[in-house]
Amino acid sequence: MTTDISWLVGGPQGSGVDSGANIFSRTCAALGYNIFGKREFYSNIKGEHSYFIVRISDKTIRSNKNDVTVMVAFDAETIFRHYSEVIKGGAIIYDSDIAAAKLDEVHTIDAPFKARLLPYLASKNKKPTVQDVLELAQENGVKLCPISFREILSKMADETNNPRLRGMIRMYNVLGVSFSLGLLKMPTKTMLESIDAIFAKKQAVADLNKKAATYAYNYASAKFGDFSLSLKETSKKPDTILIQGYYGTALGKMACGCRFQPYYPITPASDESVFLESNETFEVQNNRPGSTLVVQTEDEISAIGMTIGGALTGTRAATCTSGPGFSLMAEALGWAGRNEVPIVVTNYQRSGPSTGLPTRHGQDDLLFAIHAGHGEFPRIVYASGDVEESFYDTARCFNYAEIYQLPVIHMMDKFLASSVITCNRFDSSKIAINRGKLLEKIDGEYKRFELTDDNISPRSRLGLENGIFWNTGDESDEYGHITEDPEMRLKMMDKRNSKLDYALKTIPQEEQAVSFGMAETCVVSWGSPKGPILDALEMLRQENIKIGFVQIKLLHPFPADYVKSLLKDAKVLVDIEANQTGQLGQLLKQNLERGPDHYILKYTGRAMTSTEIYESLKKIIEKKAQKRMVLTHGA
Amino acid sequence: MGLSDYKTEVHNDWCPGCSDFGIVNALQMALAEMQIPRHKSAIFSGIGCSGKTSHFINVYGVHTLHGRVLTFAQGAKLVNPDMTIIAVGGDGDGLGIGVGHFVAAGRRNLDITYLIFNNGVYGLTKGQASPTLRLGEKTKSLPSPNTNYSVNPIGLAIASGFTFVARAYAYDVRHLKDIIVAAVKHKGLSFVDVLQPCPTYNDINTRDWYAGMDQMDEVTRKPKPRIYKLDDINYDPVVHYDEEAEINEKMTQALIKSLEWDTKIPVGIFYKNEIISPYDRRIQDKIPNYLENSPAAQVISEKGKAITDLSKILDSLSV
Repeated sequence: MTTDISWLVGGPQGSGVDSGANIFSRTCAALGYNIFGKREFYSNIKGEHSYFIVRISDKTIRSNKNDVTVMVAFDAETIFRHYSEVIKGGAIIYDSDIAAAKLDEVHTIDAPFKARLLPYLASKNKKPTVQDVLELAQENGVKLCPISFREILSKMADETNNPRLRGMIRMYNVLGVSFSLGLLKMPTKTMLESIDAIFAKKQAVADLNKKAATYAYNYASAKFGDFSLSLKETSKKPDTILIQGYYGTALGKMACGCRFQPYYPITPASDESVFLESNETFEVQNNRPGSTLVVQTEDEISAIGMTIGGALTGTRAATCTSGPGFSLMAEALGWAGRNEVPIVVTNYQRSGPSTGLPTRHGQDDLLFAIHAGHGEFPRIVYASGDVEESFYDTARCFNYAEIYQLPVIHMMDKFLASSVITCNRFDSSKIAINRGKLLEKIDGEYKRFELTDDNISPRSRLGLENGIFWNTGDESDEYGHITEDPEMRLKMMDKRNSKLDYALKTIPQEEQAVSFGMAETCVVSWGSPKGPILDALEMLRQENIKIGFVQIKLLHPFPADYVKSLLKDAKVLVDIEANQTGQLGQLLKQNLERGPDHYILKYTGRAMTSTEIYESLKKIIEKKAQKRMVLTHGA
Repeated sequence: MGLSDYKTEVHNDWCPGCSDFGIVNALQMALAEMQIPRHKSAIFSGIGCSGKTSHFINVYGVHTLHGRVLTFAQGAKLVNPDMTIIAVGGDGDGLGIGVGHFVAAGRRNLDITYLIFNNGVYGLTKGQASPTLRLGEKTKSLPSPNTNYSVNPIGLAIASGFTFVARAYAYDVRHLKDIIVAAVKHKGLSFVDVLQPCPTYNDINTRDWYAGMDQMDEVTRKPKPRIYKLDDINYDPVVHYDEEAEINEKMTQALIKSLEWDTKIPVGIFYKNEIISPYDRRIQDKIPNYLENSPAAQVISEKGKAITDLSKILDSLSV
């Protein structure tokens, strides 16, 4: 029998939810399980509700499900918000000191949520208290595991003669994790090793945490020994890494030689830049140590301006941002297009418009990425579907930028950024580096924007002898000097924009779109829904329902002919994406002379689960579906 | 390399009599005097009449976006610290739309030079008021007098952290050239406020006005020129040692000097501080081989294969 457990930990922001999830994920991964975790949090530093949901399985998993098997609640809010997600046979571990709490006393629960919960509880003859809500869960077959976190710390303090432990609230996270592991009767070895690894630089802290973990583990396994589910050691795949979502593009940038990244802080993008800066120096085979220069700028306009300035020296340069920052970059993007400067903008999308849901997920910016900036200029828009492929895609983006000499927008999103996954160790040896027509040496006359057969000019760089060029945002001649000559304008516009046709012809088809099998009903999607879709299709296959899936990665220029050929046998097209208007659907209509027959959309700001995609697709197969279905799962 | 090597043959379409010609000449003269190899130098420019400057100088020329010149210029310098980088732009460009970058650049103190062509008007859009035009002044194409207080470029540069702050006058090309040479040689971010009469749209701060034609000496019957040189009045702009009192004194005297305007206008070096670390030194504290193996110098591939060694990081992520 396969193991497939979802573990949720929730508490106020800043209470150690993240570090708890980190210990738990590492422990399970070290046992050999696959991990898919996701972080949800408010735009807030301390106090608002945050939670982490970690799915653990011995089979391949690429998404979260709706169900929660074991929940750890540090506070009352977690219980109110998530009690109904815990399934029959599951368990809720909670701090018994919060059992008496009333809904009214939880100030961080907002009015709309209360307005939904109160009538529901009334209809079940329950009062709005933690106790009553827990009863409701118990009636649904959930095992309740009350533990006084405070008391455990006191007992531990007495037994280990360490009075410092008493009242050490920051130990709650490690307690919550160890209670869970005890409940699941998991071997303790990897738990202790994981704590060591996480606190590697602070041995005293590690020792204290290990003591607490062992105590809590023993306490829970003794007290709740009758719990039916367990996590045994499973066969471990070699070369597995456990990573945060944004490591994919960050490590991809390091591997493929991006050496300059100016950025302005913005959620959820800046984690990537901070990671790059934390790892700014590194070894390079047969060379001097290398470095990535990461510069925090005064705004996103400066970030892209610096990126372009850096790229003009022939160095691979990128910036990383999210919607509001990308909006500010629009003008400079056109300059890069006009001056044929290879830059990469990594765009970790979040929910808009405007500030939107600043810490929540969305894929709202596809059409904006394709159209951002005034005037007509070429750019490539490329989207990764999961974290593992984002590592390799990052290198592709830099190759495209340099081969075609244009800005590349690499579309990522909050779902990908804040997921935690196990995957195959990234393999730099699979990364090819193609610098296009970048010159190492120039003799004789040089024209930066020379008209050539393939419309791509040999590229000099600032500092190269005999390679002097001029750039301007105005229209220019072949040297880069301003011109308003109508014929030169025609030639230069055609030169630049024709590069998109050339890109479509020369980018390998397997990099443009990926087919995961074809059937009468076929899903078309882009970006992060890939994981939940593949998991949902797997669930349907268990029921002998076969559905096709085409993931489009190159969104601009749109590979119309290739996608058409992939979809030629599909009778029913289903567009799945995380926005309100079905932006990919609009692209399909423009390019394929046919549009989606169904839309499965989600724009609550929460990531799609495989469960809800499964349910929606099943409705389509059963011909019970509306044209447009909106997904809503998730607190 | 002679002076002519730094000139391009691009047709110059500035208005006849425009003082911008003097600035281009001074820039070319300064580059020639310092014998900076053409490929080791780049002029970055903003938008407006001044933006065209880069096309007239025969070194790398990057004509950027309105207000953004410092961002492009800093990016290039950060990645290739071997380059001599001079950024130029108008007063609207640098002190209006781009003033945020002006302040941020000051805080970084990169080793580049920034010239503002300061004429009080937006010339290329037909003479609107720029951030340096005085409150209540009405240049000829303004429908009504200027309603904004003027920004003090020298004061703003000092407050922002520029470590070399100077002013020059576009019609005194030789002095301007000397100031540019000193600015480029300064280790850190240098700023030159170039007073640059716009003969077409600014009918207040004209060449005659700067020459004092409106303020005749009652005794000699000669004009009293407004422009005078700080060099001529025993003014020492240099911060000599790293003490608060010394820095405060040099900053304060520069600020006070920068307030002179109506009848006497000082030009020259107002403030110079080489004690504050330039940005490249701050980077070296984090990346020791930054200057020897700058981002632009790094080898990133061998026969088309990636050569960055990620094994340490990946090992730490292995489970």
